[in-house]
Amino acid sequence: MSKLIRMDQTGHSTLAEWTVADPAAVEAAVETFRGELDRGYLAMVSTGPGHAEQVRELPIDADLVILRLPISGG
Amino acid sequence: MAAPPQPLAQAAVLPEVAAVHWRPRVDERHLRRVGAFWTLTTVAHVVPFTLAAAGLMALQPLALPVALACIAHAWVIPELYAQRGANVLRSHGRAADEPERRSVGLLGDLVGHEARELHARTGLVLEPGGLGVWLIGEAGALLLPLRGRKAYCYCVKVDGRHAEAAALPAGDRTAHLLLALRSDEQGFATVANLSFAGARWRVRRRLRKPQRPAIAAAVGMLDRGSSDPL
Repeated sequence: MSKLIRMDQTGHSTLAEWTVADPAAVEAAVETFRGELDRGYLAMVSTGPGHAEQVRELPIDADLVILRLPISGG
Repeated sequence: MAAPPQPLAQAAVLPEVAAVHWRPRVDERHLRRVGAFWTLTTVAHVVPFTLAAAGLMALQPLALPVALACIAHAWVIPELYAQRGANVLRSHGRAADEPERRSVGLLGDLVGHEARELHARTGLVLEPGGLGVWLIGEAGALLLPLRGRKAYCYCVKVDGRHAEAAALPAGDRTAHLLLALRSDEQGFATVANLSFAGARWRVRRRLRKPQRPAIAAAVGMLDRGSSDPL
């Protein structure tokens, strides 16, 4: 089961869960994903130990997609 | 239907870099140059005050109090800079227990066992990178480069222009920085504001006591020459 989570004031919220075999769940996850990107979130997937990548489309085969806010110099 | 995975590019640039497009991208050469500049700045503060103290004593021993004041300035000014550097790793308050627990749980999933254990003790995440070894806090990061004995203190945090940023628990604030660092280390260092670059020992002294073992762990990782994540 793949998950789309957003880091927020609750610690993190699971926004969508899907499997590749469930097109309806994938479609719902994609909609949610795009909505969060429109709100200014950035989507990240881990690509191995110590590496992560930003994605602009939902990678449906990823186990975990994490939404984060942008960073800036303090 | 969803599109297949589409990373930005093989060497993706952190999107936040666009907001600081005038800054040169940080690399080893840039770090060395900036480090040398900070060394010169320290020398420019310390040497004149020290010479003034020596000159005063040579001219008039009764000027001892003034000479001591000069020596104090020579010592205090670099310490104040180092304090500013160490402040980037200060914690910034806690959310309620449950969000904190959940955020630390997610952060723990992103790092290995040793890094998780170090975070529990120090509040800092140890992360090896191409530029050196990083210690990541809630609102800043410290870089110990691969060569030299300096520490670079970066002030960087979740962008406060987003309303949700203020309510994030500590673990999430750290995880934001960790993920950004992992996706584009040089971009991360470019976006961040450099607060201080100077001797590791000077920064270590200015850290809160519970955080100091994190410096030792980072130095240990550098000494081992390990590039494996904890």
